[in-house]
Amino acid sequence: MARRKGFRWHIAVFLAPAVLVYTAIMIIPLIGTLNLSLFGKGETGRVFVGLANFATLFGDPRWSAAFWNALANNAWFFLVHMLVQNPVGVMLAALLSSPRLRMAAFYRTAIFVPTILSFVIVGFVWKLILSPIWGIAPNMLDAVGLKSLFAPWLGREGTALTTLALVSVWQFVGIPMMLIYAALLSIPDEVIEAAEMDGVTGWPQFWKIKLPLILPSIGIISVLTFVGNFNAFDLIYVSQGALAGPNFATDLLGTFLYRTFFGFQLQLGDPHMGATIATAMFGIILVGVCIYLFAIQTRLRRYQF
Amino acid sequence: MSARHSLPRSIAAHGILITYTLIALFPVFVIVINSFKSRQAIFREPLALPTRETFDLIGFQTVLAQGDFFQYFQNSMIVTVASLFFVLLFGAMAAFALSEYRFRGNSLMGLYLALGIMIPIRLGTVAILQLMVATGLVNTLTALVLVYTAQGLPLAIFILSEFMRNVSDDLKNAGRIDGLSEYRIFFRLVLPLVRPAMATVAVFTMIPIWNDLWFPLILAPSEPTKTITLGSQVFIGQFVTNWNAVLAALSLAIVPVMVLYLIFSRQLIRGITAGAVK
Repeated sequence: MARRKGFRWHIAVFLAPAVLVYTAIMIIPLIGTLNLSLFGKGETGRVFVGLANFATLFGDPRWSAAFWNALANNAWFFLVHMLVQNPVGVMLAALLSSPRLRMAAFYRTAIFVPTILSFVIVGFVWKLILSPIWGIAPNMLDAVGLKSLFAPWLGREGTALTTLALVSVWQFVGIPMMLIYAALLSIPDEVIEAAEMDGVTGWPQFWKIKLPLILPSIGIISVLTFVGNFNAFDLIYVSQGALAGPNFATDLLGTFLYRTFFGFQLQLGDPHMGATIATAMFGIILVGVCIYLFAIQTRLRRYQF
Repeated sequence: MSARHSLPRSIAAHGILITYTLIALFPVFVIVINSFKSRQAIFREPLALPTRETFDLIGFQTVLAQGDFFQYFQNSMIVTVASLFFVLLFGAMAAFALSEYRFRGNSLMGLYLALGIMIPIRLGTVAILQLMVATGLVNTLTALVLVYTAQGLPLAIFILSEFMRNVSDDLKNAGRIDGLSEYRIFFRLVLPLVRPAMATVAVFTMIPIWNDLWFPLILAPSEPTKTITLGSQVFIGQFVTNWNAVLAALSLAIVPVMVLYLIFSRQLIRGITAGAVK
């Protein structure tokens, strides 16, 4: 076709703006960042150092301790999302999709509200509510006789990260809820009716019929959660500052990258080490996405209706 | 059928949903009611609604006197609307090319453009900042618009091309027989037909742009180019101990997003349930 008609200019015109902007602002800087991690600061500007930056990141005890700390925190942050956000999202979606539920539109709209708020708002709102000074959380616990349970959760090393992870879950639970809800609605009535004919209703129906059908959606949500969590930064920065206190207990890879690249307080900014950390994050995200694409997605059965 | 709609079951469902709705809305409610109260009332009874005695606008007065919130709001609007325009226009054009024409490298191009859905643009920040410094775009809104356009394109192209595959070929071929150019077919025939999908993409693109803190902080932190997210973050950081001002600033930041959300929520839900993102 193409050869017979000559070059079809309109295809190029349609593609060019998107491809140009995307390549220039996204792909080239990504490659540039990966490349920058191979250089260091020499006497005369930039010198090629090979993998020396990575040797520093993983070999130098100060760097590697900070990196592994951030990575471990990040893994825990992700685990909390997987264990709380996605099951809660699936449960809410399952309830919402039950037929003839009244006020479903209202619940859907209300539960999605936190997702549209910015991290700045979410971070400060929860900081205020959990603050021992203002006393909303302690007084509410007092009202149900559980005051002894209250602690300044955000200020303690042991609980700060989990608290922030739960705040993040509160903010984003709307996304799995919506996607699962859409998946549940797309299950054809015939399948459900056939199950009912065989006497499969209620919980068994959900576990045996619906859950296998929405597994691909749960897979996509998991990988989106993974990518989002492993470059999270805003919530920590807003509520705990770039130092990710107390004592780096809430440091994630994103805040670690920010501190390294721009410097903070006594620490000077270092673009090369920053690029090295970004490259490491790139590798982690790539490995995670590949595990999903090759190990999980290919094993999921998709059903055509 | 009756087993599915039994009364206790539906009461339990409503119970759980109402509980979760309260959890979702409670923090927003607390902030907004307290921003209208005097300082003493905020601390004495944080959960009470403002009454005639405790009603006080001092927080809002401080905020409007101190921070240039109108300017921040305007910056956020310009950045969001401009990025949205380019994402939708360029995204729809590219999606049309990918879904309508068969050419060599079509699927490779689709894969290349979809890469950005999985790889976050933030990882390129170091080089993006260098690029903006080199082109003199640091501290301009243009820098933000460019970055957000690039960030929004992959998902927009992915969703829109799924939709454009469903536009009837007969219609387009009828247009071709009538002598319409490919450009006219795109702008006059296809674009109006995928308007619902465009609205979905618009909402998905808009929320992260409006709420982003990372790029405004790094690329455009100067006073005249601050966005509302960055502006309120800086403002709250300076006024930590002035609770009236902090609560008022938070309320001011919440209201515009809420209004936009309530306008678009119907569209958002329709778009998702139509299967755009499955």
